[in-house]
Amino acid sequence: MSEVLLEARGLHTYYGASHILRGIDFTVRGGETIGLMGRNGMGKTTLIRSLLRLVPSRHGELHVRGRAMTDAPPHAVARRGIAYVPEGRGIFPNLSVRENLVMAARPSVDGKRHWTLERILATFPRLAERLHHGGAQLSGGEQQMLTIGRALMTNPDLLILDEATEGLAPLIAVEIWRIIRQIRESGIATVIVDKNHSAVTAITDRNVILVKGSIVFEGPSTELRSRSDILHKHLGV
Amino acid sequence: MDASVYLIQILNSIQYGLLLFLVASGLTLIFGIMGIINLAHGSFYMIGAYMAFSLSALTGNLFLAILLGIILSVILGIVLEWLLFSRLYRREHLEQVLLTFGLILIFEELRSIIAGDDVHGVPIPAFLNYSIPLTENQSYPVYRLFISGVCLLIAGAMYLFIQRTRLGMMIRAGNTNREMAQSLGVNINLIYRLVFALGMALAAFAGMLAAPVSSVFPGMGNQVLILSFVVVVIGGIGSVWGALVAALLIGFADTFGKVFVPDYAGIAVYLLMAAILLWRPEGLFRRA
Ligand SMILES: Nc1ncnc2c1ncn2[C@@H]1O[C@H](COP(=O)(O)OP(=O)(O)O)[C@@H](O)[C@H]1O
Ligand SMILES: [Mg+2]
Repeated sequence: MSEVLLEARGLHTYYGASHILRGIDFTVRGGETIGLMGRNGMGKTTLIRSLLRLVPSRHGELHVRGRAMTDAPPHAVARRGIAYVPEGRGIFPNLSVRENLVMAARPSVDGKRHWTLERILATFPRLAERLHHGGAQLSGGEQQMLTIGRALMTNPDLLILDEATEGLAPLIAVEIWRIIRQIRESGIATVIVDKNHSAVTAITDRNVILVKGSIVFEGPSTELRSRSDILHKHLGV
Repeated sequence: MDASVYLIQILNSIQYGLLLFLVASGLTLIFGIMGIINLAHGSFYMIGAYMAFSLSALTGNLFLAILLGIILSVILGIVLEWLLFSRLYRREHLEQVLLTFGLILIFEELRSIIAGDDVHGVPIPAFLNYSIPLTENQSYPVYRLFISGVCLLIAGAMYLFIQRTRLGMMIRAGNTNREMAQSLGVNINLIYRLVFALGMALAAFAGMLAAPVSSVFPGMGNQVLILSFVVVVIGGIGSVWGALVAALLIGFADTFGKVFVPDYAGIAVYLLMAAILLWRPEGLFRRA
């Protein structure tokens, strides 16, 4: 089996007094594609933000590529090869498209630059057309491409996508899925959160379902697709 | 009045405004990006001037003194950020004001202990110590032109730094979405420390440049601090470009106020501020 990129054990995360994550174990190995599922408000985003150390966890441990990062700052986690496409995109509106990409550029943990500005622009021709536009002037789909392109500029080993197709026109969503497949095939591990469960399970190796901050199912896509009871009960499909 | 008098006043306004810009640009960045109201910013102007005085007396060379002074003030800025200011980011403005006001008192006391309370002159370097004749009996000191030139160079360098370098992009990115910048691997705290130290060093540098024309004297940072806040507010908090425009406006208002309405010169600047804020409550250039 390939290297463990990220390993969380017994994560408990709170927002103020509300106990959101209730003891999560979560592991990602190199090249793996994982679907993170669950209805709204079940804690998917909170889990991602805990893995990235954007919110502190009260209990539990986090290791990134074998290094303890339980108390590390977010930039240190990112620099161990993890990139993030957040819910709501988070482009820098006051930077141009080019600046959004260039500011993130960094070689991978093993020192390679697979993704350069040229390659990103070849992958997202629409961004090439709008290179000098301000980030705020882009359409929703273009903003999403920019966020994904920007994440790739960090040459990650793991890309975490939180609702990357949310609010996009169907044709644009198809385009985003095509890109996600391309990223997966390039060998980058991905964690995907998306409302479109069949699109998720079509490309994932493994899936995790969260209910109220606990994992209620974990298994390969083939198994999940055959478990209509679980799909119905926890995802409302 | 003949034209050369106007020309002299215009040059003085520009020189004064640009010097003010050096101080205010750091203040607006620290306020706009880090959200810290730093009353001790004017103290750095004073510290810079006194460093120019004592280091040039020590080395016999103003430029060597300025070089050493810049290095020392960057170090001092980094240490202060690390020891004190980094603890203030999430605090109330009142706490920031209390701490930084305390720093003003401490720096003034230290200045009194180390350099005494006398006014000191700082000699202008010989090769800049002459005047360009404008008419038969009017001339303009070259050192003042030198100050304007250096300030313009620094303004240009700041523009390139913020707009063209990756570090500048990271600073702007962190300014709008700190979390996102961090999760792209940007060490925002380190960058803030750097911006803070550079802002402080710019204020000190302005004090060093000004020392030969203004002399060095107790409390010299306070007047500059107040005017710098006026510049920051007029220009729009966090806008370096706004600070440049506002500083030049203040330079002209102050200088020409003294010429045309000497009795009211003291309030000319504040009238200008009130007028601009009535017109644009957020300042001339809203924060990007
Ligand atoms: N900043 C916050 N402060 C307080 N509660 C929050 C915050 N963000 C999310 N929550 C709560 O935490 C729970 C999990 O939210 P989230 O992780 O965003 O769920 P999901 O991404 O699965 O929709 C929800 O009940 C939500 O209301
Ligand atoms: Mg969510």
